[in-house]
Amino acid sequence: MYTWIWRRLPGALALKLVQVLLLVAAVSALLLFVVFPWIEPHLPINHVTVNGQ
Amino acid sequence: MTDGEYGGHHRPASDYAEAGAPTVMTAPAGAPLGRPLPPRRRVGETIRAVLRGIGQTLVTLGLVVLLFVVYEVWVTNIFAHEAQHKVHTALENAWAVGVDPLPGSGTSGIPLGTGIANLYIPRLGRDYAFTIVEGSDDASLEKGPGHYVGTALPGQVGDFAVAGHRVGKGEPFLNLDHLQPGDTIIVETLKAWYVYTVLGNAKTANLAAPDVNGVPGREIVDPSQNRVILPVPDKLGAVPDPKNPADYYMTMTTCHPKFTAKQRMIVHAVLTTKLLKVKVNATTYVSTMPPSIQALYTAAGV
Repeated sequence: MYTWIWRRLPGALALKLVQVLLLVAAVSALLLFVVFPWIEPHLPINHVTVNGQ
Repeated sequence: MTDGEYGGHHRPASDYAEAGAPTVMTAPAGAPLGRPLPPRRRVGETIRAVLRGIGQTLVTLGLVVLLFVVYEVWVTNIFAHEAQHKVHTALENAWAVGVDPLPGSGTSGIPLGTGIANLYIPRLGRDYAFTIVEGSDDASLEKGPGHYVGTALPGQVGDFAVAGHRVGKGEPFLNLDHLQPGDTIIVETLKAWYVYTVLGNAKTANLAAPDVNGVPGREIVDPSQNRVILPVPDKLGAVPDPKNPADYYMTMTTCHPKFTAKQRMIVHAVLTTKLLKVKVNATTYVSTMPPSIQALYTAAGV
């Protein structure tokens, strides 16, 4: 998968590295600010009240 | 996942040698690169590609889980501190113009997520200060420790019950397990300072020692045990007596052990001091911490 992406990135090595960093940042942001906040209430962690109040 | 990174383009030199090629890099006319591989080697390539795909997936999932830990213990704190700062400022501004979010009597009518009082715990340091918000729903708890709707308000008879996050989301109750019997908890409202004292036996440092009503200083319970926030904690049907100083409780709940929701850690305290604030004018009060309250920090050794 990663080699597949790497091969399809245009440009020279430096340009490819910049694109990789941007991709990693975009995926991380999507996870941190969209996926995790959505999934977290459904996980059995960090519930602090008694009887679900 | 199953890209052909090494698939089919590089052959051992012997493949070409039999066709008389002088170097590895030059493919002879009789053996074009697109020539199908022998069946055995094709199976090998497929297995390798599948294994590589599985490996990359597992490494990726591991990184995602790591990122989730970063989110839980760091990113949620950034948002929560911002939200806490907002409710704190809103409460201070309301107090500055003499507006009290707390009703004069009863326990209802406060909008969820509104700051109602400030919380200080000397044992947890001089910089430990949180604004308690109304409501123990998820949205309210992301702003700060949340007051269970319907339980007593600060200084009222019954049980002033507050929930707070242990890890992440501002983690107000991260170190709730540091509290010892006799430790003080300070609650500031528009009009008064309330000091609650953690129950248990202060001489023997026994948090499990019960008070006159049988309430311990600390207990670890199943999440379904909402008896711990009853008006007289753990005593079903008991009606607190306004004339009995032992019946003015404060209870704090958080998750236990850290990082799980398996159980709840409950700390019970009882009201030991009520200090009315000095009036500035008809509606506002002096909000500086009086010396007798400040002395509690020295007493806690901080």
